[in-house]
Amino acid sequence: MRLSELQKNVPATVAGVVDAVADDAIARRLRELGFVAGEPVRIVALAPFGGDPLLVQIGSTRFALRRSEAARVTVADADGAGA
Amino acid sequence: MSTLQIALVGNPNSGKTALFNRLTGAHQKVANYAGVTIERKEGHYTAPSGRRVRVLDLPGTYSLDAASPDEAITRDVCLGRHPGEPVPDLIVCVVDATNLRLHLRFVLELKALGRPLILALNMIDAAERRGIAVDVEALSRELGIAVVPTVAVRRHGAQALIDRVDAQALPAPQAHPVADLHAEVRRILAAAVSSARDSAATDQAIDRIVLHPVIGLVILAALMFVIFQAVFAWATPLMDGIEAGFGALGEALGALLPDGVLRSLLVDGIVAGVGGVLVFLPQILILFVFILVLEESGYLPRAAFLLDRLMLRVGLTGRSFIPLLSSFACAIPGIMATRSIADPRDRLTTILIAPLMTCSARLPVYTLLIAAFIPQRAVAGVFNLQGIVLFALYVAGIVSAMAVAWVIKRLRRDRSEHALMMELPSYRWPHARDIAIGLWERAMIFLKRVGGIILALTVLLWFLSSFPAPPDGAAGPAIQYSLAGRIGRLLEVVFAPLGFNWQICIALVPGLAAREVAVASLATVYALSGNEDGLSAIVATQWSLATALSLLAWYVFAPMCLSTLATVRRETNSWRQVWIMAGYLFALAYLASLLTYQIARWLT
Repeated sequence: MRLSELQKNVPATVAGVVDAVADDAIARRLRELGFVAGEPVRIVALAPFGGDPLLVQIGSTRFALRRSEAARVTVADADGAGA
Repeated sequence: MSTLQIALVGNPNSGKTALFNRLTGAHQKVANYAGVTIERKEGHYTAPSGRRVRVLDLPGTYSLDAASPDEAITRDVCLGRHPGEPVPDLIVCVVDATNLRLHLRFVLELKALGRPLILALNMIDAAERRGIAVDVEALSRELGIAVVPTVAVRRHGAQALIDRVDAQALPAPQAHPVADLHAEVRRILAAAVSSARDSAATDQAIDRIVLHPVIGLVILAALMFVIFQAVFAWATPLMDGIEAGFGALGEALGALLPDGVLRSLLVDGIVAGVGGVLVFLPQILILFVFILVLEESGYLPRAAFLLDRLMLRVGLTGRSFIPLLSSFACAIPGIMATRSIADPRDRLTTILIAPLMTCSARLPVYTLLIAAFIPQRAVAGVFNLQGIVLFALYVAGIVSAMAVAWVIKRLRRDRSEHALMMELPSYRWPHARDIAIGLWERAMIFLKRVGGIILALTVLLWFLSSFPAPPDGAAGPAIQYSLAGRIGRLLEVVFAPLGFNWQICIALVPGLAAREVAVASLATVYALSGNEDGLSAIVATQWSLATALSLLAWYVFAPMCLSTLATVRRETNSWRQVWIMAGYLFALAYLASLLTYQIARWLT
């Protein structure tokens, strides 16, 4: 599942970040920001006007990500099942 | 002994600049959002051993793989590639103790450089309050570098760092490559950090309300509205006091001095001109109280989050919000703040529309005209009609900016994805001391402008308006025969369709250098024309409503501010952008004033 498809306040675990284009700078920065396999992640808020961007909490850090950015992050359920 | 060179490096919003200020006694701007520092800043202090230490404060970055112009500065200094900047003898990596999971990754990246490195574990007090226990010795052992706890915002909060830097041995860490930085971070966290409970609970509770899709927007709108109401309503008594003071000073000087050139220069030129601008100090300070509190609290990135979608639709990004909000104070810091926008297209659009945000230098013009033409009466019991008009003028600027951004977006060929990826910091109580320092500095900037460029231009304008003297037996006030009078008449040809009289045309010229001077100039011009009344009374009786509205419309766009254009040239490194900006602003200003004047005249 992609992070952009995750429901609000449902805990999940990052599986990885997928490059959307070749040499994807956005994907690289996401990895640097800590979106790496095994990290707990959760969507804590949706912006007005169509729920984009998302407010994503990873550890105790919160990032505003656009849906297109969050779509690069793959997640699994918090217990590790169903990637 | 040679000077020791140290550089403060770390993630955005980890408190590097607060630490820099604590070490060097400087007053660099600090606030609670990522990307406050956009340039390298240098300072000095003397260590207890007597050694001189040169401290470099660098923009925050998440990685040495820089994504924006400000991050590139930090990368270049750390790698010794920055022209004119030696490789630092010691890198002090500043981390936020409440956010180690994110910040330690960058520490490991710096450690891999193999240069002398120590870790300043900042905000250790906040970590304790949140129930995060950091074992400093274990952290130091696992990282293989010295770790010193600091509280940059507290007196003596950097003492441990000063002592450690002063210790002679500063060994470089073993730079053995780490395959997976995140796995290493997790290992170190497990060994050195324990968190009792969900450390972000307070932030989450506040965010549930502040970021709510409906309530959040209502709060944002209400906040903005209250600011404009306050700027008008709270400042009035103070402004009346300053105005009365300068009136009395002018009269006293007038009575003391013999009639002649000196009296004219002092009373009509300096007192009328400088007093006309100084009166706006209370409004500017009230505006800044709000801006500073918002900056310190951590609310601004939240506002950016709420507005990102709307801004994206017109071709901007939520990240444009903070530079644009700074532009309400002055477009120059606003344009410089765009350096934290990674996408060059977003950055250029933000720069081009920044001057449409109503800067504080326009406030005097607005206030003068509103006070003269808009009755002071309550609307719906609580709102002040003048405050509502002021709010509407600010909104007009914002709406035009959105429209311009939209046009730029349509004209652009490159439609590839724009990035947001913005960190939302923890909320923080603003420190009264920081707010006070911020206000004091803002007041000093304003007073220096008044004492410097505004005073100089006022004197110059008085000179141009007084000479050459009228021929013998001339009818009408002397100013009509002066150089300024002739220039005004010449410009009037161009601006007559907008309803501007020759006095306004004169005032527009020095307004190029500083917009506030337009008001000072009007005061001087009318004082020299033999009017004894205050400027507000003159404007109310001698101008038509259509002219006043037209001038307000002109100042919504106010194309002419030379320092802004110079900043655009420096930031974009292109004259083309400067001409585009000046051209489109002038065209919009002329068009808006023309329409306003003709329609208002037709209606009244």
